[in-house]
Amino acid sequence: MTSNGDATLKVVPVRHRGRWVGVGAALLFIAMLVHTLFSRVPNGQGSCHPGKGVATCWRFAWNDVGQYFTTSEILHGLLITLELTPLAMIIGIVLGVILAVMRLSPNRLLSSTAWSYTWFFRGTPVFVQLYFWLYIALLYPSFSIGLPFLHYVPFTHVAFWHFDSNSLFTPFKAAVVAFGLNEAAYMSEIARSGLIAVDEGQIEAATSIGMTRGQTLRLVILPQAMRVIIPPTGNEVISMLKTTSLASAIGVSELIGAATNIYTGNYKIMALLIVASLWYLIVTTILSVGQFYLERRFAKGALRTPPPTPIQRIRRDLRGIAAKFPTGHRKFAEVGQ
Amino acid sequence: MTSPMVEARGVRKSYGGVEVLKGVDLTVVRGEVTCLIGPSGSGKSTLLRCINHLEKHDAGELRVEGHLIGYEARDGKLYELNDKQICSERSQIGMVFQRFNLFQHLTVLENITIGQTKVKGVGSDAAVAKARELLARVGLVAKEKNYPSQLSGGQQQRVAIARALAMEPKLMLFDEPTSALDPELVGEVLDVMKDLALSGMTMIVVTHEMNFAREVANTVYFLDQGVIEESGDPKVILSAPASQRLKSFLSKVL
Ligand SMILES: Nc1ncnc2c1ncn2[C@@H]1O[C@H](COP(=O)(O)OP(=O)(O)O)[C@@H](O)[C@H]1O
Ligand SMILES: [Mg+2]
Repeated sequence: MTSNGDATLKVVPVRHRGRWVGVGAALLFIAMLVHTLFSRVPNGQGSCHPGKGVATCWRFAWNDVGQYFTTSEILHGLLITLELTPLAMIIGIVLGVILAVMRLSPNRLLSSTAWSYTWFFRGTPVFVQLYFWLYIALLYPSFSIGLPFLHYVPFTHVAFWHFDSNSLFTPFKAAVVAFGLNEAAYMSEIARSGLIAVDEGQIEAATSIGMTRGQTLRLVILPQAMRVIIPPTGNEVISMLKTTSLASAIGVSELIGAATNIYTGNYKIMALLIVASLWYLIVTTILSVGQFYLERRFAKGALRTPPPTPIQRIRRDLRGIAAKFPTGHRKFAEVGQ
Repeated sequence: MTSPMVEARGVRKSYGGVEVLKGVDLTVVRGEVTCLIGPSGSGKSTLLRCINHLEKHDAGELRVEGHLIGYEARDGKLYELNDKQICSERSQIGMVFQRFNLFQHLTVLENITIGQTKVKGVGSDAAVAKARELLARVGLVAKEKNYPSQLSGGQQQRVAIARALAMEPKLMLFDEPTSALDPELVGEVLDVMKDLALSGMTMIVVTHEMNFAREVANTVYFLDQGVIEESGDPKVILSAPASQRLKSFLSKVL
């Protein structure tokens, strides 16, 4: 019998010296960060002016942060952010998918229309687009829906529906439209990459059992494209969450707008921006968890075994740690498990 | 009715100026198995795809059960069918592909029910019952909840056959159904196909399995460079080919 086959031999894992140096540096850095985040400054220095009888205050004004974190104005701003983001994303995703399908159409007019849309909305700042939709009332004081071009012909103008654009584009609605239309340009590229990623054989198979083109798209191509589309779309949602803060520039009191409204009164700028940022972080964290489960759901069939959920992974890690501290002698046979 | 299941007369098809089918004549009798053999690039897939209207032929006549594919004869005129009518024609012709092409996001069972429910409008209970019956027929009852990626190639191809059969086709087209399989998996797929032939299904099979052709086919067509070079009873033409081309082709595949 060779020593390799001896079931009682102790296993010595490879030592990684470089890794320990890295771990040490990271720990040191984290310690410095935590220290400075929770350091205090003497009264009268920097932004610390609480008045008499107080020796020091938090460098990052944590007591102000705590005080404003759940004020009604901030919470109301959060609510508006949480309305703007999904509304804009819904417009962006629906229009983006339509644009992607148009872009892939063999019809040149459809594909170049879609291309031009993306070219224009990606090529101009969303900030400008935001003002454009707000001030569209200046360019078109009134809208009517009827037969096109007939208003050039005397006495033929028929309008089915007529309205005033000032009332149409409130700052909130202008923001939804601006962010949604802008997002569609980015979503169309994401959706297109997903549609292209589906194997052509899938389309042939769907066609051969008699599915129409619409059914093939809806039942076969889009569900499979989702696997490719979802991860970057999650990114877009998170990015949109923060892009909506631009709406504060046109007077929408979303999260940043609400923070601004407060700090223009009391000059606690950093504290209020930290409050807003903490809320963005919290929502982003929730969205990331949602994205993970959504990705897992649409990976159905693509992977032989789906990746573990974080909870499954924690359980597995705990089991791994438990296995490292066995009660008796560690046997060779246990190592592989 | 005595019209043949498929009848091709002088069928031509070009891709960007290159003629792939150069006047193909072929007759497939109802209830018979026809094997289409020939070297790679000779136009076998193209011919199958024309029969299924996945491609439009440029010239010649292609009839299924006496009807011109893609057209309707009315009042002495030929009317081109619209998309929906073509889809309904297609749903009556089953097709099995070299690369299986199972819907990756659906389970085995869903692969077989989706055409029934969404194209034929069958209720979901009836569709599931039919799918289970077909899975039993191809020997895969235990796999109904699996996804295609969890099956072997041979199993996937058997599911693909079941998916096509679920549409209750009058004609089945097979495009090299065993060419992508490991050698030990070829047999299980051919067995299912033999079974299907015995049940009286009309089949056109593009294949390089000469033993299958010899054993199962009623007629073999040898397609070479876009024309039918030779055709007839497999026992005759595969053993004693008349043309030099078939002779040299057989010496390469056997
Ligand atoms: N969509 C297409 N566009 C251009 N050429 C094609 C297309 N499909 C097939 N061909 C060409 O037609 C010829 C016949 O192809 P195919 O019918 O697939 O042959 P086989 O199935 O006998 O191998 C080949 O030369 C191939 O390159
Ligand atoms: Mg081929």
